[in-house]
Amino acid sequence: MAGYFLRRLVQSALILLGVSFITYFLLFILPADPVRQIAGRAATAETVANIREQLGLDQPFLVQYSRYLAGLFQGDLGRSFLQRTEVSTLIGARLPATLQLMAAGIATELVLGLSMGVAAALTRGKALDNFLMITSFVTVSAPQFVVSLLLLYVFAVKLGWFPIGGYGTFAHIVLPALTLGLLGSGWYSRMMRSSMVEVLRTDYIRTARAKGLTRARVILRHALPNAILPVIAMIGIDIGIFMGGIVVVESVFGWPGIGQLAWQAIQRVDIPIIMGVTLVSAAAIVIGNLLADLIAPFIDPRIKLR
Amino acid sequence: MTDATRQVEMAKPDSALRRLLQRKLAVFGLVLIGLVLLGAIFAPWIAPYDPAEQHFDGLTLEGAPLPPGGVYILGTDLLGRDLFTRILYGAQTSLIIGVAANGLSLIIGTLVGITAGFFRGWIGTVLMRFTDLMMAFPALLLAICLAAIFTPSLWIVAMVIALVNWVQTARVIYTETSSLAERDFIAAERILGASTGRILFRHILPHLVPTIIVWGTLGISTTVLLEATLSFLGVGVQPPTPSWGNIIFENQTYFQAAPWLVFIPGAAVLLLALAFNLVGDALRDVLDPLQRGRD
Repeated sequence: MAGYFLRRLVQSALILLGVSFITYFLLFILPADPVRQIAGRAATAETVANIREQLGLDQPFLVQYSRYLAGLFQGDLGRSFLQRTEVSTLIGARLPATLQLMAAGIATELVLGLSMGVAAALTRGKALDNFLMITSFVTVSAPQFVVSLLLLYVFAVKLGWFPIGGYGTFAHIVLPALTLGLLGSGWYSRMMRSSMVEVLRTDYIRTARAKGLTRARVILRHALPNAILPVIAMIGIDIGIFMGGIVVVESVFGWPGIGQLAWQAIQRVDIPIIMGVTLVSAAAIVIGNLLADLIAPFIDPRIKLR
Repeated sequence: MTDATRQVEMAKPDSALRRLLQRKLAVFGLVLIGLVLLGAIFAPWIAPYDPAEQHFDGLTLEGAPLPPGGVYILGTDLLGRDLFTRILYGAQTSLIIGVAANGLSLIIGTLVGITAGFFRGWIGTVLMRFTDLMMAFPALLLAICLAAIFTPSLWIVAMVIALVNWVQTARVIYTETSSLAERDFIAAERILGASTGRILFRHILPHLVPTIIVWGTLGISTTVLLEATLSFLGVGVQPPTPSWGNIIFENQTYFQAAPWLVFIPGAAVLLLALAFNLVGDALRDVLDPLQRGRD
């Protein structure tokens, strides 16, 4: 177990190293010049050259990258080109908002997805099951920005129940969390349905029924706990999907998280911030996958970690 | 009819098609795809106006866009252009990118997966470690970043999408290939002296066709959504070329007063993505018994 954990940890670190290399390389070869952004259009060639030298951007790729990497090992993500602030400070300030949204979004999608999946499994082949499965297809196919704008239009503009955007109170988080929750619920409801259907077929459920337990008791005490665990284990993998999608939802709702930070940085070619957010997101994905693998044997003792 | 002959029966492509057509949702999806395809191909003839024409009577006296229902069936946009016309031309963009990007990512994914699955050893290890690496990338963030920095043309958008999207296919094809490579009939071919190329193309690839079809169909849905998202953020297909995503991008500031400019193209994206998802899912069910029945 300890050996396995250690090996996976090393593996994860290597993956992050690879992500940092590829991202840095892509940003290096792309035809966007951060110096132009900083200096402005009117700058003389001399000013441009000066700034380039100051930022070390006149160095060859490997020198720049190894310098970045050296900083990274000391927990230094560099400074923003435009704001001259530490990237770690900027991300640190934004991360709580993103984590809040993520927690609220995951909670919403679990509540929606799991209950829809259970309802579908219990009414297998009937109208409700069909309806719920079609719903899950629709949520999986819906673009995030359309759902965001739809909720915004109906509940904020027309009904005025929630603020149009921003951050601060509970009312602010409802619509963005609902967007993420609705979109993610489709996957969970399909997984929950098939997991539940499988459990309902097992011998121990037949035994529980044969003992004369009520249907409610069989479902709540025997079927549900067993069916729900493999689905819960998917949360780790879900984090990756979340990290990708956060940019759109944060930009539509004006949510001050790292997705918005990244989007602003991308528009201004602020390379240290783009690097920082990419690495933080990749780390979240890697940790999520690691957690999913580590939880698996606790949920199903037949799975052995190798 | 015995089970064995039934399996053989199902392996025929026309019977797979028949089984597909028995599913209501799949038929619904196919009809939707057909409609969008017809709209895209015949856009120049169906569309009542030119997609770039800014109509003088396309705006109210105050300069606001016209709501759906008048002379302009779906209303007009902020510049007084006919929305229905732009939606039709936008279908071209969505389908071209959907098919091109997905085709490219399918090719990359299949090549990587088949190579890694068939040639174990260091080639396979290197390729699969690289795939793991790509899995850890926040795909949408990467795509936005790439698209924002290039000034994207249609084909660059397609390429960016393909570059972040091949990973899933590679993993599925890898798993399938490595289990196929262990089968007796492949070992038999080797003993008979078949070349690696012959084994790969005559014996492995045909068995992967159902998987490629399923993932190819589901993948179009992903690429359509990704294109719309990039264009919505303003880093995808650039105006004046209409795309469902950039119609929303252009008109977003006015969306409280003119919601149709957001929700009509939005519904179009949703329906097209839904259609490919429905067909892909049905194909998986239809082709799956064929996979289990092979040998």
